Amino acid sequence: MLLNIKNLHVSIGGKEILKGFNLGVNEGEIHAIMGPNGTGKSTWAAAVTGREGYDITEGEIWYKGQNIVGMPPEERANLGIFLSFQYPVEIPGVSMQNFMRTAVNAKREYQGLPPMSMIDFTKMMKQKQAMVEITEKLQNRYVNVGFSGGEKKKNEIFQMAMLEPELSILDETDSGLDIDALRIVANGVNQLHNEHNAFVVITHYQRLLDYIVPDFVHVMYDGRIVKSGDKKLALELEEKGYEWVKELKL
Amino acid sequence: MDSNPKENIIEEVTNKDYEFGFVTDIETDFIPKGLNEDIIRLISKKKEEPEWLLEFRLKAFRHWLTLKMPTWAHLTIPPIDFQDIIYYAAPKQRKEKKSLDEVDPELLATFDKLGISLDEQKKLSGVAVDAVMDSTSVKTTFQETLSKHGIIFMSFSEAVKQHPELVKKYLGKVVPYTDNFFAALNSAVFSDGSFCYVPKGVRCPIELSTYFRINAANTGQFERTLIVADEGAYVSYMEGCTAPQRDENQLHAAIVEIISEKDAEVKYSTVQNWYPGDKDGKGGIYNFVTKRGICRGDNAKISWTQVETGSAITWKYPSCILKGDNTVAEFYSVAVTNNYQQADTGTKMIHIGKNSRSTIISKGISAGHSQNGYRGLVKVVPEATNCRNFSQCDSLLLGDQCGAHTWPYVECGNDSSILEHEATTSKISEDQLFYCNQRGIPTEKAIGLIVNGYAKDVLNKLPMEFAVEAQKLLSITLEGSVG
Repeated sequence: MLLNIKNLHVSIGGKEILKGFNLGVNEGEIHAIMGPNGTGKSTWAAAVTGREGYDITEGEIWYKGQNIVGMPPEERANLGIFLSFQYPVEIPGVSMQNFMRTAVNAKREYQGLPPMSMIDFTKMMKQKQAMVEITEKLQNRYVNVGFSGGEKKKNEIFQMAMLEPELSILDETDSGLDIDALRIVANGVNQLHNEHNAFVVITHYQRLLDYIVPDFVHVMYDGRIVKSGDKKLALELEEKGYEWVKELKL
Repeated sequence: MDSNPKENIIEEVTNKDYEFGFVTDIETDFIPKGLNEDIIRLISKKKEEPEWLLEFRLKAFRHWLTLKMPTWAHLTIPPIDFQDIIYYAAPKQRKEKKSLDEVDPELLATFDKLGISLDEQKKLSGVAVDAVMDSTSVKTTFQETLSKHGIIFMSFSEAVKQHPELVKKYLGKVVPYTDNFFAALNSAVFSDGSFCYVPKGVRCPIELSTYFRINAANTGQFERTLIVADEGAYVSYMEGCTAPQRDENQLHAAIVEIISEKDAEVKYSTVQNWYPGDKDGKGGIYNFVTKRGICRGDNAKISWTQVETGSAITWKYPSCILKGDNTVAEFYSVAVTNNYQQADTGTKMIHIGKNSRSTIISKGISAGHSQNGYRGLVKVVPEATNCRNFSQCDSLLLGDQCGAHTWPYVECGNDSSILEHEATTSKISEDQLFYCNQRGIPTEKAIGLIVNGYAKDVLNKLPMEFAVEAQKLLSITLEGSVG
């Protein structure tokens, strides 16, 4: 199993948000986590990627055979965990080329590989950009500065393509996307998906799941998964609304 | 948060050694400690100076005796005993050195270690270097190439001997010895530095640079640089500096004068990396420097670019007098302070000519327990109509123990001039750091990346040869500064 989360409890500033979360993800699978606002979906993503301030009070996160609780975020990233951010942050003055080169070479260093040559890197950037249909010159633009909502999300998938993670978490990647951008983003994910990697897609709406078809759908409420099923569950949820989830909880 | 893993990194890196802290073991010619007229006569004699220069020194010294150390800067300066300093120290070497082979190999090795090769064959062909250790110039490269264009680039002492008329004509014309306490001191005891003269209509084909190295203990360094671009000339000049790591403080009080005549342009870039002291604020260089340029003729241009990362205390305001009409002056600065460093730095733009324009971009970065201040004056005299100034002063804070301060002064004497001032204060956000971490970039590297991005506008103004060094330096200076 690629990722196995057991009885995870997470608090922020003493307030418990995740209350016994369990999830297993195998290579090759696509999982969707759905649920109303404030149920802890983004908290879960932050806890798995190791964000500071998210205190794990109980439980284990097993990834590639080791419990990664307490591991610094950059190490988790270098082990192949990737988060596509809901709100990608701007870094003024830092070009995408410089940023990605630093990231790619940090991972290579972690793996004991020499830095990638500039020629190979430029080639790789071009190729991956095409995958998410970014046609404009990306390399000299500053990280997310002046990007439209759609561009920011495409840029996240582009970075995912560059770093070739085994576990990708997409946090509300569909929010604020028009249908064309949504299609491009989903298309990128589908191209990257293979039997060796896995995706966990956090979303509010069933819409994204028409494009990225999940093997499993989990419904989250009040800090834990209350129902799991296949993609039909997403449709059922869409139809019955989140009020239905609250009933499930009881 | 007591279990913060970043704490360890801070420990590790602030304990990291200053890269250039080594001492060269070389026989040095010292004069006795202390400061009086006999000492000044001795320095002048050692340098075999003409009488007029000795007179200049003595006048400056007598004036200095009447002055008190300035206290207006936002700096805590421990008392300095000016009688406890050695004012002249020179590495001993053979009198006449006709080629590189004759320079002491130990000195060559020192500069090699600093990344400054004095071997013209091995060097990047784009830069001529004047290497100064303690009170004397060791070697100036590419003099032949330059003299073909009529460009004079040599150590100050050499220039006094070979071109006394030029030195006499320009010395002290931009920074008179009466200017301030440290300018008077420098004028009395200055040892060496660089002299540069670019004749009418000549565009200097290579970058000129001086590398200053303090080596000897208990000495002060008082160099003097004079750059003259005659009508229509152009020159780009770079200055770098380092010093050994020592527990006691050392004084550095320099003067730089720039004269840009009609239609001429001078670009002056500095990467200042004097030893900053250790993580507890022990040791380090006291850096009290007067730098000023004058755009003397119409359409003249001067630009200052500085990256300040070193020194325990920095007191420095590279300024411009825009005397001619349509003159242009620029000041681009990145000043970084970490641990217990203190910096009070900025610029003065004095608009005297009509339609003169100035730009000020200042980026302060403070970390640790440091204090970082921008102090600037923009003055437009009543006759200087239609002037423009744009000032932007940004401060970036890393941590909550440091201070960032801004003191902009504006005096506008007429209605037709437009002066703009923008200022921001920000912090590196947790969001930015986590975003980098999530992409596999460790916090140390992430800070370097973000800070270099923040300083981009200024770093872009540096000549290529300097830009890479400056970027590395920024990252190193700030490593471990976010907790």
